[in-house]
Amino acid sequence: MLAIDTSNMDFLELGKRLRETEEDTVLRGCLGQRFIAAGMKRRKLEIHGIPGNALGAYLDGADIEVFGNAQDAVGDTMNAGSIVIHGSIGDTAGYAMRGGEIYVEGDAGYRAGIHMKEYHEHLPVLVIGGKAGSFLGEYQAGGMIIVLGLHTDGPIVSNYPCTGMHGGKLFLRSDCKDILFPDQVTARPASAEDLKEIEPYLRQYCVHFGGDYASLIGSPFTVVTPDSRNPYRQMYVAN
Amino acid sequence: MPGINYFYPEFEVVRNDARCIRCQVCARQCANEVHSYDPERDLMLSDESKCVNCQRCVSLCPTRALKIVKSDCRLRENANWEGDTIREVYKQALSGGVLLSSMGNPKNYPVYWDKILINASQVTNPSIDPLREPMETRVFLGKKPEKLERDENGNLKCELTPQLELSMPVMFSAMSYGSISYNAHESLARASKELGIYYNTGEGGLHEDFYVYGPNTIVQVASGRFGVHRDYMEAGAAVEIKMGQGAKPGIGGHLPGTKVGPDVSRTRMIPEGSDAISPAPHHDIYSIEDLRQLVYSIKEATGHKKPVIVKVAAVHNIAAIASGIARSGADIIAIDGFRGGTGAAPTRIRDSVGIPIELALAAVDQRLRDEGIRGNVSLVVGGSIRSSADVVKAIALGADACYIATAALLALGCHLCRTCQTGNCNWGIATQKPELVKRLNPDLGYKRLVNLMTAWNHEIKELMGGMGINSIEALRGNRLMLRGVGLTDAELRILGISHAGE
Repeated sequence: MLAIDTSNMDFLELGKRLRETEEDTVLRGCLGQRFIAAGMKRRKLEIHGIPGNALGAYLDGADIEVFGNAQDAVGDTMNAGSIVIHGSIGDTAGYAMRGGEIYVEGDAGYRAGIHMKEYHEHLPVLVIGGKAGSFLGEYQAGGMIIVLGLHTDGPIVSNYPCTGMHGGKLFLRSDCKDILFPDQVTARPASAEDLKEIEPYLRQYCVHFGGDYASLIGSPFTVVTPDSRNPYRQMYVAN
Repeated sequence: MPGINYFYPEFEVVRNDARCIRCQVCARQCANEVHSYDPERDLMLSDESKCVNCQRCVSLCPTRALKIVKSDCRLRENANWEGDTIREVYKQALSGGVLLSSMGNPKNYPVYWDKILINASQVTNPSIDPLREPMETRVFLGKKPEKLERDENGNLKCELTPQLELSMPVMFSAMSYGSISYNAHESLARASKELGIYYNTGEGGLHEDFYVYGPNTIVQVASGRFGVHRDYMEAGAAVEIKMGQGAKPGIGGHLPGTKVGPDVSRTRMIPEGSDAISPAPHHDIYSIEDLRQLVYSIKEATGHKKPVIVKVAAVHNIAAIASGIARSGADIIAIDGFRGGTGAAPTRIRDSVGIPIELALAAVDQRLRDEGIRGNVSLVVGGSIRSSADVVKAIALGADACYIATAALLALGCHLCRTCQTGNCNWGIATQKPELVKRLNPDLGYKRLVNLMTAWNHEIKELMGGMGINSIEALRGNRLMLRGVGLTDAELRILGISHAGE
């Protein structure tokens, strides 16, 4: 594995170094460099330290593992591959992602999973181990968001989840009694059938971060789905 | 709904029965089902209430038996409450819906292009005949270096940041696959390749068949990120970030699920039948610094090989906005005026939000010059450029190039009936219905676009020659070549031009 010491290296230099090779790479001493692995195709990338904003933007098949926290816009418009964060992440994680998987051990900031979408066989998955901030899954058009609420006492998600949701599914490991959902979605207790869908991703979470799969899948989940794929249809009159 | 909801049709079908041969072409051609044939009475019938005045039947009637006229059944005349204004109230009282319209702002706002006149040489500084003399209309879009630099051996450093090379200062503006048809896109792509210019995918992704036209394609990234992935950005010659659109500044877009068939679904990378919703803002952009982040994430993903364009709508503080964008790392700013077209926009927004492109362009060019950052970016303007004269005036006001879309659609057969939102375009342009799409033959469509641009390019050369200018670069920002007629002091000051006679 190629090793790059990224301390004292700016993002332009780091980006250039990463584009020069297709080898699996480990970055040490990462200190907030932005755009790491933008558009990166199939290879492994291990990051020690804290990558800056837009880690794995347009990711196209690479597998990234971060030993530390990550900042905003992780996996923005991601197409394929995986991002595993041994820590928490900032805002807009997985913005408009349409493929691949993101696993976060800890918490996510605002607007996680905004405008996630799916098509044909492409199904993006975002798993948040801790709690999610406000505006989770806004405009969600497809894919799956799973929030586990581990390591936290407070509500599993902050205000206004699912606004504008018109596709995909949101799973919250909670009875969601205190959570206010908008009118255009339905929140109900997850059935055994529903839980089958998330089983492989929960197992994968435990592989990445440890944890007891049986107790995870054994707890009550709420599943949220949109009522319509065409939320704006009734809003207009031809002029 | 309670109440009387009848509107007398806006148009009337006038059929000359002596000429009509009952061939029923009109009935077959009208997707709105205005015409029908009654075999018992051997009569062609019309249901005018469905007519949008797209002129398809008129154009194809073999005996010229048809015409469509504006109905003279009017509401009582009132200069304040015009017929359309009253009808819009009725429609909303009936439906409770937001009014939705298509194409550009039709209201009677000033068109400044028509109040600006171009200079010509007489006696001194002789004019140039483009048929005899070489004339340069080629332009390069992108960041320009501030000064010449030499290396340690005294040789010029020639490395430029990525540039777009255009054979003439006009490109086809963003129109998505979804809002317009496959055949319309093919026509635009092939014409761009033959002309040495660029067309723009809009925010609907790039169909796999059109990757071959990549070197003449600008790919767009909008808030919905439809069809945006690495190969898509790699395929394009430049990447355009859509922040706004002239026809609907401040709001996003919704392609209705009915237009998202298998092909559009694959290209946009969204589920079939699902509304394609572009949120109004990019939810990760709240500042110029955030915009800079998106610009650089695209540059990093494409290896800094492609210019990045930021497109914004012309709004009140456009000069300050452009100044910010010019510092964001973007290579090109595209500004879209409030008369720009659209496949669908809320009527109130289309007709009441934004400012004319002429004023926006002049203000932006001046501001960037005043701040010494004009060379940081190229300026492309659209919304709406209708002719080569508009192009020449735009260049002289400070643009590097123009975007056209409505004019390109007209070349493809659009008759500006302004009902794109129905998806029933009889000319095969703003529709996804296979039986309508096939009416637009891309072999002919692309040639008509090439014809239009070739004619404009010659006219641009004629106008330049008249001014004694043989290179479009020497025209850019050359406002001494312009004079206003019938404009106020404030308008002249903003445009930076003198009144005719001065």
